[in-house]
Formats: sequence, structure tokens, C-alpha cells
Amino acid sequence: MEAAGESLRDTELRLGLPGTDAPEKPASTVTRGGKRALPEDDEEGYGKSNKSSSSEEQGEGDLCCQEPPAAKAQVVGWPPIRSYRKNSLHARKAEGEAAGLYVKVSMDGAPYLRKIDLKVYKGYKELREALDDMFKCFSLGEFPRKEGCSGSEYAITYEDKDGDLMLVGDVPWEMFISSCRRLRIMKGSEATGLGSRH
Amino acid sequence: MSEERSDMSEDEDGGGGVEQKERWGPSQGGGGCGSAKSRGGVWTDPPPPFSDQVLENVLENVLQFLVCRRDRNAASLVCRSWCRAEAQTRGELFIGNCYAVSPRRATDRFRRVRSVVLKGKPRFADFSLVPLGWGAHFSPWASAMAAAYPWLERICLKRMSIADDDLSLLAFSFPFFKDLTLICCDGFGTHGLAVIAEKCRHLRVLDLIEAYLEEEEEDQVVDWVSKFPQTTTSLETLGFDCVVSTVNFEALEALVARSPALRQLRVNHHVTVDQLFRLMVRAPQLTHLGTGSFGPPAALALQGDVMEHEADLVSAFAASKSIISLSGFRDVASQYLPAIYPVCANLTTLNCSFAEITADELKPVIHHCHNLQKFWVLDTVRDEGLQAVAATCKDLQELRVFPLNATEDSEGFVSDVGLAAISQGCRRLRSILYFCQQMTNKAVITMSKNCQELVVFRLCIMGRHLPDHLTKEPMDEGFGAIVMNCKKLTRLAVSGLLTDKAFAYIGKYGKSIRTLSVAFAGDSDVGLRYVLEGCPKLQKLEIRDSPFGDPALLSGIHQYYNMRFLWMNSCKLSIRGCNDVAQRLPRLVVEVIRDRPEADDETVEKLYMYRSLAGPRNDAPPFVKIL
Repeated sequence: MEAAGESLRDTELRLGLPGTDAPEKPASTVTRGGKRALPEDDEEGYGKSNKSSSSEEQGEGDLCCQEPPAAKAQVVGWPPIRSYRKNSLHARKAEGEAAGLYVKVSMDGAPYLRKIDLKVYKGYKELREALDDMFKCFSLGEFPRKEGCSGSEYAITYEDKDGDLMLVGDVPWEMFISSCRRLRIMKGSEATGLGSRH
Repeated sequence: MSEERSDMSEDEDGGGGVEQKERWGPSQGGGGCGSAKSRGGVWTDPPPPFSDQVLENVLENVLQFLVCRRDRNAASLVCRSWCRAEAQTRGELFIGNCYAVSPRRATDRFRRVRSVVLKGKPRFADFSLVPLGWGAHFSPWASAMAAAYPWLERICLKRMSIADDDLSLLAFSFPFFKDLTLICCDGFGTHGLAVIAEKCRHLRVLDLIEAYLEEEEEDQVVDWVSKFPQTTTSLETLGFDCVVSTVNFEALEALVARSPALRQLRVNHHVTVDQLFRLMVRAPQLTHLGTGSFGPPAALALQGDVMEHEADLVSAFAASKSIISLSGFRDVASQYLPAIYPVCANLTTLNCSFAEITADELKPVIHHCHNLQKFWVLDTVRDEGLQAVAATCKDLQELRVFPLNATEDSEGFVSDVGLAAISQGCRRLRSILYFCQQMTNKAVITMSKNCQELVVFRLCIMGRHLPDHLTKEPMDEGFGAIVMNCKKLTRLAVSGLLTDKAFAYIGKYGKSIRTLSVAFAGDSDVGLRYVLEGCPKLQKLEIRDSPFGDPALLSGIHQYYNMRFLWMNSCKLSIRGCNDVAQRLPRLVVEVIRDRPEADDETVEKLYMYRSLAGPRNDAPPFVKIL
């Protein structure tokens, strides 16, 4: 998956005429989905201006681009799922959303830190993929799976609310994001003490 | 569940409906009918002789037993006398397209209607393809009915825009009003609901299915549940799972307690499990239950209290011996699922399509559901979950598998494996809606052979233009097998990589198809031609993003008066082709809808055309051009 979709744009199927750029203005989507507090990623990429309705709703801002890596530009109304369903499935997540759960991510050997919003991810797999993507320029190897760190270069650890250094992946996701204060990607050799009980 | 009522089903569409009888006859005031099959003759209308009048009265007594609208349509074509008698005895009026006939004309012809079913926007409006403000306003119909049908008891609306004022009008105009069902409607709010609750003293059914209520500020939300009469009510069905705002729970509980006839209750996600328990205790006679939230209320700690609630829930379900339908399950916590075991064996309908459950969480539940006929689920249960369904639910008639992530490049948790498993285990399957990312022709062919009862086959491969993931070939053969082998098929939705060959199959074998949905498919005009020339029963055709142009459009001229509508967006149509059709078919309303004001006039972004006795509508917004 590419982080920037720029090079894909020419090969994208769009609703507009060839040669025109479909306006990427998610904020002006006047669809049902825009009424709820939810970024409708699959209704992006085709802004609609509708002057006739006086009470039109503006869609939420460009929140879909927060997801690393950026999703391929979506076509309006495809796949054909009613907004009611989409809204309902995500309502729980949207309602619980405060300002996001930002934690610092440091990596041994990297000159600067990053910050990520843990609430954006649904589970450990997505988190790993995102970190992989974020730090790949520092040439990370395979991340350790739960089975152990043998043969891999780096381990993802975190500092919990008690200040202890923990290996990522042991506790249920929900518990993890409520107790994680910061993330640290450390060299596997330093993390062997943590992983050896698996 | 949204399409539970058979008369709202997209497939139960008669050829013709109201319009067809009057299509070729002269327009007369007072409900006159054209002659049987004469086309375009001019009639004078002398009053019928006395003996004929007697005959008509006798006829009316007989015809009042005819219920099915297709039978009634046929009877009305026999002769003018029969037409009049039928018009006098039709109790339920079904209008498949609110713009096909004017409200005045409909109410003039059918004088003694007690129940009205009215459909508005084209189905693609559900997927944001019809701009807001397009139309389908209920107001003119409300006014006409208020004047003509004081005895009206039932109204069922689908995809209509309804204002609170319209609901007020209903409440004040129909003293015997009993049944209001709104499916995918919008424009109204809690204020309208409050008037209905308060004024309709004989209300039996208030059913809101996937309605989009207007957004209201906190202080604007009306406590409509409190407005029901304080005495014993005649309420049988109350469904408000789509209402976004919270309801007054004490009022709801009291309402349920004084509604002994209540059989169907669907609450919204604000109702917690402990509240649900209290409702169930008040209404042990329920047959259809839609839960609200099905997880621990946020305020509870993780231990202790949860156990107590679980025990309560279990006892409530154990006591509810009549439940045959379950839905809801918002925010489901899997440890609560076992509470429903006592009712599983009786369930004919289970809708857990808002619950993100895994195969392991589903298996113990589905294992008990031997009598299940309708099952809606999220793809999080994966192929493994579907295999469990196939193993137990031998009577399954309808299956819908929805995607958790409705995006093109999402992972997709079910595949051809699940589909094949279902086809092996559920031989009586009639209707399927299946969202996936990976499919094979082989699995679809297998289903076509195993499930001979299929009436509805809707397969949505979410990635556009995806071929058979094993052979890399187009999905032509799979869909071809479906139309070839499933002789009862009336509704088909196709997806994946499809060439004109798929359409050739549809045109050749799809002789019973009434509804066809096409997206990102086909190579050339020939594809659409095959369908328009080959499918005589075609009623509803909706196409998007497919390379069909004017020649294809023109090839269907012979067919469009037989259809309810044609929708095409983002195809290759031009204004010229559409004008051509409009000129040749004067009774067809041809709407060209623009999304972007700066789009040039030559290309047609969206085309919606439908036969109509009413002519071009006068409420079209500026972005709609009627040719």
C-alpha cells in the first residue's frame, strides 16, 4: 500500500470526464452519512454541491487521510451499503471519540520521535503495520510476533501508566490502549528478557 | 428487518400497477377506465343501463374478495364495468412510483381505499447517488388522501420525504388511523412522531425502518413516547431502532406495560441491557424483539455487576417463550450472547448484522437455531461461521452477509468458500445478498445448481472489476449459470469483472427477471442490448458506471413502457440519445440529473426515466432537467 496516492491517480476510475480532476472536497458531500459525526471514507473523492436544499448538511472534514497508509480514493456509493448501516456500525466508535489518544513513539537509533493516535487502529495488526510503515526508512526488520523475538531485529514495547516497560501484544487491545502512555521500538537484543516467557 | 413485509419487497412488483390500465384509454374525470385492450380509441361515456348497474353491484360483492393487486389489475382490464367495480372495491392502493400518477387521479379512481403503499426515490438514492432535494415529497399525497379517504387506516411509505406537517395532517385527518410504516424515509423528526402518538388513538403499528430523522438540537427533541394515550393502548408494533435521539425510558416502560397487544418491539441503541430486561419483563408475549445495546453499560465496572445483568437477561429470555425474531445487538459483548439460547430453537429470524462477532462467538448460538429462515450477519464471522450456519440451518430461506468495512480495498472476511458451504447446506435458499472480496465462478455455479429455489441473487464483489480470484477469468460463467439454472429468479445484482457475455446469458436465460442491478460491468452497448431485448419481464433496471451509450438506450424503446423505471449514472449517454427517447415515448418522463453545475450539457451524468400518466412533475429542483 502506498502512503501517497498521487501516482495512482492517473489509473483511478473516476466519475468525472477524462481530463477533469474529480474535486476532492469531502467537506461538501451532502449525503446522509455526512450528518453523523463520522468520516465517510467511501464517500470521499466526489464533492457535490447542491444549491436547492436549504438545510443541507456538510460532511465531516478530511478525517480519512489520518489512516496510515491513505486509502485508495473511493467512489461514491460503492460498495452499495446504506449510510444507515455504515453510521450504525461506527456509531459506537464515533461516540466514544474524545480528542484521540495520542502517544509518542520512539525508536532506538532514530533521530526524532513520532506521535500516533491509538484510537485510529482496530487492533495490534494494524498498529504493527502502521509502525512498520512509519519507520521503514530506518530499515526495520520483521517485527516479533507473539511467539517470541528469535530471529527478528526489533521489538515494540510500551510504557504503561505505572511506568513499567511492557511488550506490546500481551493484553486485549482495549486494555492496551487504555493503559499505554508511550511506545518504544527497541532492538530485539535488548527485548529478549521480555519475550522469553512465550 | 427492513424488507420483512412482502409488499415492500422489490420483487413483488406486478406488471403495470395502477398506470397500466389507464395507459391507452382516454383521460376521464371521475375514475373512468379505458377499454380492455384497445389502444388509443376515443370513448364517449353514456351512463350504464339499469341492468348493468345491478350487475356491477353484484360484481362488487364478488370482487371485494380479490386481494392480490395483480389479480385486481387483470380484472379491471376485462371491460369498463369490471373496471368500475374493481375501482370501487380496491382496498389497498399500491403506487410503485409516486410520480407515475398524480394523487388526484389515483384518489379519483379508487374511492374506498383503506390502505396505501407509496414508493418514492429510486433505490440508488440509498447510496448517495440521488442529490438531496430531488423530490418524492409526501405532501401532495397527504393532502389528496386527507380529502378523499377519511376512513384510511394504513400508510406505508418507502423512500419518501415526509415533513412533520404531513404527519400532523395524517393524525388530524384520519380518525381511524392504525398503521404507519416508514421505510428509508426522511424529512421528519420527533415532533411529527409526537403528533402521531398523541392523536392516533387507535394506533396499532408505528414502525420506523432505517428512517433518517432530521437532526435536532437537544432542546428541540420532543419526548414523543410520553405522548401516547395514558390508557391501555392497542399498540401491536413499535419500532424505533433508527431514531437517533434518546427516548424517555420510564415513559417507554410504562407504555409497554399498558400495551397488552404488543408483539413487536424494536428499540434504539440508547436502551441498555438492564433497561431491556425491564421491558421484556413487562412484555413476555413479544414475538419480535429488537434489542438496543447488548453490552455492558458504560457506567458499570467490569466485574460483579456484569454477572448480575447476565443472569437477569438469561431469565428474561427464558421467560419469553413467544420470540421468533431477534435483531439489534448493537455494541454486543460476546459474553451476553448465551442469554439468547433459550429462544434460539424457536427463531425464524435472526438479524445480528450490527454485531461484530467472530465465528467462535457465532457457533454456539447458531447451533441452536434449527428453524432459522432469515439470517442477517456481518462478515466478521468469516467462512467458518457460514459453514456453521450451513450445518444447522437447513430451512434457511434468506441470507444476507454484510461487510464490516464497506470499502473497495477492505480485507473482506468471507469468500467463495462460505458461499459454496451455504449452497451445500441450505438447499431451500430463496434470497441471498453477499458482500465479499474474493469469489470464484465455481462457487457461484455450485450455488446455481444446489439452490434451485433462488428468487433473489445479489452478489457484491466489493473491489471493482475483480475477476475469479483463482482462474483470473471474468465472472461471466458464474452469473450465467445462475440465470440458466435458477428458473425462479426474479431479482439479480451482478458485480466483479464482467464482459458482454454475462449480459448475453442474462438476456438469453433471464426470462423471469424483474429487477436487475449492474455496476462497473460490460464492454459495449451490446451488453445492455442483450438485456433490453431478452428480458421481457424487466421492470426495474439500475445501472452505474458501465460503458453503455445512446445506441443501447435506443434499443430498449419497445420495452420502456413496460417498465417501472430505468436508472443509469456515469455511463456513456448523451443528451441527444435521451432526447430521442423522450420524443419517441411521450408518456415517459426522462429526467437528466446533474451533480456538478459546471458539467457540460452534452454528457448525461444521471438518467432516471419512468412511465407516467402525470407528465413532467412540477416539483423538480434546478439540477433536474426533464426532457
